[in-house]
Parts: sequence; C-alpha cells; structure tokens
Amino acid sequence: MTTPISISLTVNGERVEAQVSPRINLVDFIRHQIGLTGSHVGCEHGVCGACTIRVDGAIVRGCLMLAAQADGTDVTTIEGLSDSGDAADLQAAFVARNALQCGFCTPGMLLTATEYLESGGTADRDSIREFISGNYCRCTGYQAIVDAIEQVASQRGRPSK
Amino acid sequence: MKPHDFDYVRPTELDQVFDLIERHGDDARILAGGQSLMPTLNMRLSAPALLIDINRIDALKGLSVEGDMLRIGALTRHVELEHSPEVARHAPLLTKAIRHVAHPAVRNRGTIGGSLSLADPAAELPACALALGATLVLRGRDGQRRVPANTFFVDLYETARGEKEVLEAVEVPLATSSDRFGFGELARRHGDFAMVGLAAAARMAGGTIERLRLAFFGIGNVPVLSSAADLAAGRPLDADLVEVLRGAVGETLDPTDNLQASAAMKKHLASVLVGRVLGDMME
Repeated sequence: MTTPISISLTVNGERVEAQVSPRINLVDFIRHQIGLTGSHVGCEHGVCGACTIRVDGAIVRGCLMLAAQADGTDVTTIEGLSDSGDAADLQAAFVARNALQCGFCTPGMLLTATEYLESGGTADRDSIREFISGNYCRCTGYQAIVDAIEQVASQRGRPSK
Repeated sequence: MKPHDFDYVRPTELDQVFDLIERHGDDARILAGGQSLMPTLNMRLSAPALLIDINRIDALKGLSVEGDMLRIGALTRHVELEHSPEVARHAPLLTKAIRHVAHPAVRNRGTIGGSLSLADPAAELPACALALGATLVLRGRDGQRRVPANTFFVDLYETARGEKEVLEAVEVPLATSSDRFGFGELARRHGDFAMVGLAAAARMAGGTIERLRLAFFGIGNVPVLSSAADLAAGRPLDADLVEVLRGAVGETLDPTDNLQASAAMKKHLASVLVGRVLGDMME
C-alpha cells in the first residue's frame, strides 16, 4: 500500500481538500472523488483528448497528470466552463451546426476550442483543424466542429486573415 | 488502463532528488511533464515504485541568454518555447519545430528536458538539439558536466545521462544573421509521431554555405546527422544543391521498418523532406 497524498486545490471556483492515492490521475479524481462526470475518459494514454481539463488556465490531458500534481492549482472542468457562460456561444454553435452526435468528445472539444479562441485564434479553418488535432471525434468527421468554431471566431470579431 | 501503485514525492531542491535517486535507484522514475511517462505507466509498460516529481524545482526552470548561448532550463514547457520571443530570436529552429510536437494540451505540460532525456526516436527536439549543435548540461551530486548533443543520444531511449544525474538545462548557440533554419516532418495526422522528420541548420558565409547540418528523426534508434550535408560546403543554397542532396541523402541513412513506414518509404520521404525544408530555407 502506498502513502496517500493530501491535496488542496480549486475546482470550478470551489475549494477542495482531499486525500488521494498517488496513482489516481486528475480526471479519475474529478470524476470519482469529486463526482463531476462531464470530463470523459477515453484512451487513457493522451491520444484522444476526451479528458481535456483546464489547469491554471491551460488545457491539459486529464489522464496524463496525477491528482497529486494538481495540488495548489486552479482547475476548470466542462461544468465550470459551462456555468461561467464563457463558452455559451460555442455551445450554441455546436448545437446549431450539429457538431456532435454521441457527445463523448464534446467536453474536450469545447475546452480546446475555448483555449483556441481565447489565445487569439481566428476563423481560419486550417488553424482550427491544427489546434483541435489532439481531440478525436468518431462521429462527425470534424467538418461540423470546424464549422462551429469558425462561426464563433467570426462572431467574436476574429475573421480568417 | 490504470497504473500500478507507486509512491509520489515532490522535492523542491535538486539535492533531495539526488538523495531519492541514491536511495531508490532503478525503482524510481523522474516525472517531468509526464506526457510520455504517464502513458507508459497507464499502459503498465513501466511500473516504478516511486515517482519523483521535479516540477517544482526552480533550479530547472527559466530561459536566459548567457554569453553566446541561450540556456533553456530543463523544465521549460513546450508552450513556453512556442511563445517565447527569446527563443524566436535566438533559436528560431525551436519555434518552427515546436508546433509539430503533439497537440496544444500536451505542449502545455511537456518539457524540453523530458523530451531530450527520454530520447524518443521519433521526437522533434532531440533532432533539433543535434542540428543546433546544442550542449546538454547534466547535474549530479558532485557537480555538472556538459555533453554535446551529438554524443548524448546513445541508443533507443538511451542517453549519456548517468543514473544519478538530472538533465538541468540545454544550451543552444545564439542564432546569427548568417544562420538559416528549416524544419519539416511527415506524419499521418498533425501532431502524431513523425514517419520521418528533418531539422536543418545552415551557416552561410557570403553567398555560400559554410556548414550544413541535416538531422533526421523517425529513421532509426536515435536522431542522425546525415553525412550528405557535407556536400553542401562551399556551394550556394540553390535548387541545384537541393537536387544533389535529395539524391544523396537516402544512401546516408539506414532506416528501420516500423509501424509508420517501411525503410524504403522512409528513404523516399527523407528525400522529399530535403526538397521541402531546404526549399523553404532558400526563400
């Protein structure tokens, strides 16, 4: 038996204190110990992007970071992003454009698209594709997802150059 | 899958790391960005008893110009390289290369020290270190030593770093107005491991090339400098030279078949990359 680690972090603005097993990764901790199941677990080796979570303002693979490493950080999940309203236009565009079918990849897609737009991304389709290249979608063929992000980039005043 | 049980420690000083390495030896692994180590743990390809998380050791952080070198701390994350004005100015090859490294969420965590220490044969940064003539700074309990990149990568996932050493920083010669850099790779999906990649650095003298380095990755067990680059010395960087190098490069490489591509295909792709990368450098 290994020694549990005490961690203290902020998740979606709320203070969380917990004891974690060292081997628990961040997304499993968020799903099973905190009970926020919007972040999904797909490949568990950093390829699919379903577990994308924001840590200290930057998206990460939730399966490639230990909960123990999140000690002292500020974590935002899809629940927090959704409640903040910061991605409301993206979510509406995803619905309007049919940018999801099963929805498994959608939380990760929204967090990635949010970082793309917040870091100055434009409506340029190639740039959008490059930025979301680390998020798999097995339903849509990506076309509709790129459409939705492109539309929001234009709405936010950042047309393709 | 989920990893085996392990213990976790997060030292804040290098001396604590050396203590832990000495005490636990092979049972311990150093955790930097974790973007390669964590997948191997999750897939149970590796099952260390202890992870030593070095992410909060300040001595391994930071970017600075020291003399004629850009010193890049081992914990510098890919995203920092991507957006650093100092890197763009003094080591523009890294700026070009870094957007090919995986995906944004991985670049937000992955570190240059981790990439160089792991020495994945298909990774971009080891090849960049070769092309740039970089020096790796290794820190042990009793001091530091400097290893040139061309002797650091020994074999598959094997480097000159000793078991009781930590990679502290990498030093890159500052780019001058006589230097030109190019980078390209061929992958099945943007951000995936390359089938073949090329990092190139040319030092010009007047209108001709004084020295060219062509560092290929994804070819064999370690990144390799192609001896075809020697043919460039004293010649202008023009379409004729590119044709010569395209024809010559295949014979200088000894690729191995892997899931990505056959050896013959890799030789072909290496030639294609020479055309594209040097073509970009001519502009």
